[in-house]
Amino acid sequence: MSSGAARRVGAVVLRHAYLMRGSPARIVPLFAWVAVDIVLWGFLTRYLNGLSAARFDFVPVFLGAVLLWDFFGRVMHGVAMAFFEDVWSRNFLNLFASPLSVPEYVMGLVASSVATSLVGLAGMLVLATAAFGLDFLAYGVALVPFLLVLFAFGIALGIVSVALVLRLGPAAEWLIWPVPALLAPFAGVFYPLATLPEWMRAVSWALPPSYVFEGMRSVVAGQGVPVGDLATALGLCGVYLVLAAWFFVGTFRHARREGLIARYSAETAG
Amino acid sequence: MAEPRRVLEVEGLAKRFGETDAVAGVGFHVDRGEIVGLLGPNGAGKTTTIDMVLGVLEPTAGSVRVDGLDLRTHRGPALARTGFAAVYAQLPGNLTVRQNLAIFALLYGVPDALPRIDEVLRQFDLTRFEHAKCGVLSSGEQARVALAKALLHRPRLLLLDEPTASLDPAVARDIRSWIRDYVAGTQAGVLWTSHNMREVEEVCSRVLFLSRGRILLEGDPRALPAIHGKRTLEELFIAVAREPLTLEAT
Repeated sequence: MSSGAARRVGAVVLRHAYLMRGSPARIVPLFAWVAVDIVLWGFLTRYLNGLSAARFDFVPVFLGAVLLWDFFGRVMHGVAMAFFEDVWSRNFLNLFASPLSVPEYVMGLVASSVATSLVGLAGMLVLATAAFGLDFLAYGVALVPFLLVLFAFGIALGIVSVALVLRLGPAAEWLIWPVPALLAPFAGVFYPLATLPEWMRAVSWALPPSYVFEGMRSVVAGQGVPVGDLATALGLCGVYLVLAAWFFVGTFRHARREGLIARYSAETAG
Repeated sequence: MAEPRRVLEVEGLAKRFGETDAVAGVGFHVDRGEIVGLLGPNGAGKTTTIDMVLGVLEPTAGSVRVDGLDLRTHRGPALARTGFAAVYAQLPGNLTVRQNLAIFALLYGVPDALPRIDEVLRQFDLTRFEHAKCGVLSSGEQARVALAKALLHRPRLLLLDEPTASLDPAVARDIRSWIRDYVAGTQAGVLWTSHNMREVEEVCSRVLFLSRGRILLEGDPRALPAIHGKRTLEELFIAVAREPLTLEAT
C-alpha cells in the first residue's frame, strides 16, 4: 500500500475515532450488551457446573462460545456501523469527491471495526476472567486461528451487509442486524453439529464459524486442535472475502452509474 | 514543463438515465485564472455535469481532464487537484470544524496540515468555531466551513455548486470576495453554478447556458444579453428556461 493510500485509510479511521471519542452513546454499547451476555451465561454455566455429576466444566464451552460469537457479531456490525455513520451524516459526496478510492474506504471501515472489536474483546475477557474464571488461554495456540476465522468471516459478512444497504437503501439495515442471530443455530455455537438434522449440518459446513466452535469443543475435550478443519475454515473465509469484495465493487459501480453516490441518503436511495 | 493552460477540459460528456438524456454530449473548458458560470434552469443538467467532473457519477460517454489528467485513468491525482463545495454537501454535523478539516487534510494529502488548517480557519473567520460541531453552525457558517474544506489543499480546479444559495447578502458577498482573491492569488480555475444572475455578472468572466442537457449559449455574461435581444442576464436566463428552441435559432 502506498503512503498516500495508507494516509487516506487513516483518515477514514480517524473519522470514526473522533466519533467514538466524543460520544458515550457509541462507547457504552461496546461493553454494555456483551457484559449482560457474560453475566447471564456466566451464572448459567456456574449453575450447570454445580449440577454436573461428572464435574464437567461448562465455563470454557459456554462462556468461551459466547465471547467468541460476540466477537464475530461485533466485527460484522462494526463494519456496517462505520458505514452507517457516513449514510446518516450524508457524507458520501464529500468523501468520494476526494482522492479516496473504494478499496481504501472499505479498508478504513474494516480497520475501524477491528479497533472497536478488539477493545470490546479485551473488555469482555477482563469481565469473564475476573467474574467467572474463564481461562481463555486454555484454548492454546488454536485461539489465534479461531479468532482469525471469526474475524475474517465477520469482515466478509460486514462488507456484504454494506453492499446490500448501498444497493437497497438505508431502510434495508433491518436485514443486517439479525444476521448473527440467524446464523447461530447453524454455527453450533453452544452444541455439537452432530445434534443438528442433516439438512442443517449441510449449511453448517459452509459456515467457517462452525469449524471454530467444533474445534473449541475438541480442544476443551482434550482431543487437540483439528488443524485440517481450521485450514478448511480459513480457506472458506478466503472464498467469502473474495465474493464479498466482488459483490461490493459491483454494487458500488451500479451506485455510481445510477447517481446514488452523489445523493445517497435515507430519502433518496432504495 | 509548462503547466497546462486548461484546468478542466470536458469533451462529449453525456449521461443517460433510462430513456432520459440528463446531459447530452457537452464540451467545454475552464482556463487557469478563469471563473466560468454554469447556468441553466432546474433540471438542465448542471449538477449532473458537476457530479461527472467529480467522478461520483459515471458518464455514459465522454471524457473529463483535470489539469491535463484523464479522470478515468488518473482519478486520484485528478481529484487531488480539485476542490468542491455545494450547499447540499455539508460536512458531517457530528464532528467539529477542526476535526472535519483534519480528516479532509489527510484525504487530500495536505502538507503541513496543522498550520494550513489554522490558516483557513483564520481566512474564513472560523477560529472561534473550530471546536464547535458543524451541525450546530448557521447555514452561513457551514458554507464557510465547506469552502474552507474545498480550499484546504489549494486546488487548481474549484467546483462550486450554488455556493451562496440561501445565504444572506453579507455572507454571499464575503464568499464571492474570497473566491476571487483565491483565483487572483493562485490562478486556479473555477466552475460556478448559480441562479443569482447579478452574482454571475459580478464574478464570472464567461458563462455556459445549459438547457435540457446541452450547452445552448456561451460567452461574456455582460455581453450575451444584448446579443440575444435581452436587457439583462436574468431575462436571458428566463428565456433559456422557457423558450430554449427560440434562442437556439438566434
